[in-house]
Amino acid sequence: MIETFLVIGMIIVFTMLLCLYRAALGPGVYNRIAATSVIGTKAVVLLVAIGYIFERPMFVDIALLYAMLNFIGTLLMAKYLVRGEVCTA
Amino acid sequence: MHSIDIISTVLMAGGAFFMLTGALGLLRLPDFYTRLHATGKCDTLGEVLIIVGCMVYQGWSFITIKLFFLMLFIFIANPVATHAIMKAAYVTGVKPWKKGDERM
Amino acid sequence: MSKSEKAFSMVVTFCIMFVFCVLLSAWVSYHDSPGHFNLLHVCEGIIAALIVTVISHELLIPEKGEKVLLKTLRLIPYLGWELWQIALATFDVTYRVLHPKMPIDPRIIEFETTLRSDFALTTLANSITLTPGTITILVEPEKGKFVVHAIAQAPADALLVDQTMQRKVAHVYMEE
Repeated sequence: MIETFLVIGMIIVFTMLLCLYRAALGPGVYNRIAATSVIGTKAVVLLVAIGYIFERPMFVDIALLYAMLNFIGTLLMAKYLVRGEVCTA
Repeated sequence: MHSIDIISTVLMAGGAFFMLTGALGLLRLPDFYTRLHATGKCDTLGEVLIIVGCMVYQGWSFITIKLFFLMLFIFIANPVATHAIMKAAYVTGVKPWKKGDERM
Repeated sequence: MSKSEKAFSMVVTFCIMFVFCVLLSAWVSYHDSPGHFNLLHVCEGIIAALIVTVISHELLIPEKGEKVLLKTLRLIPYLGWELWQIALATFDVTYRVLHPKMPIDPRIIEFETTLRSDFALTTLANSITLTPGTITILVEPEKGKFVVHAIAQAPADALLVDQTMQRKVAHVYMEE
């Protein structure tokens, strides 16, 4: 069963390389933000797969934390691009 | 091989196929708004399928509850982030693509 | 918020948070790493649940809710229909991306609804994002106006002409 997780992990790494092309090329800043958010979402699944390959079940906690950080980062970038500042202080 | 191994392998293979389609849509589609259509929907379902496959493989254990919460969070947070960045692009003035224009 | 509503929302939030704590740390029936159910862990769970309840008890149960139980009971079949819709949405996008001719024809449409409360507008906006072919762009809460980006003419017609989703959400929240 370990080989299945290894194959799934390699497919996800290949998908991340495809998204990196759009992050480097995409004209304007919005394409790049969308590509970075997609790479972050795939990183969460990659962490769960690596946790099963090395047989350490603690990687699920790190995956939960990174999912929250990625979500907040995307919302913050959207708010900054609309207003020009993050908090009015 | 047990039958649980086969079920979880089929679920995870389906999830990986949908993620591949989402990334292919990022490359092929001609406009920013249409690219968000591809990633916002395909990524969410692909990820839910992979995590359900891992849950089925594990059985009834402590890690299954954590994986269930992770799946619930991703299922709610991904469409909200897609909508937020699409609203930011619309308000700032990115032009949509009509049929017959060139790629942008 | 009046005192009885505040007490009710605090009690319900505390119960939900405590159930989460017990589920994640103290349940005894996991078979490879069984949890501990002694006094120390239960006390830590109560303190953590109390802190979260005091800070954020107004978010889960909002202020003026009449017939909250009936609306929650009607929400569960609606969630089942929505899961089926997101499966259809992914197959639809896969067909459009992998086809060699790529049949897309994007347009932006606007429409108005009769829903006014926060929960109903949020549910409808999330459902439009998860349905095949449409994503919400803007919501105006005063007039109930939605600006939506559709990827072809057929999903746009399902939203403008048939109006199935607006009727379902109005049925769940009782036409608010």
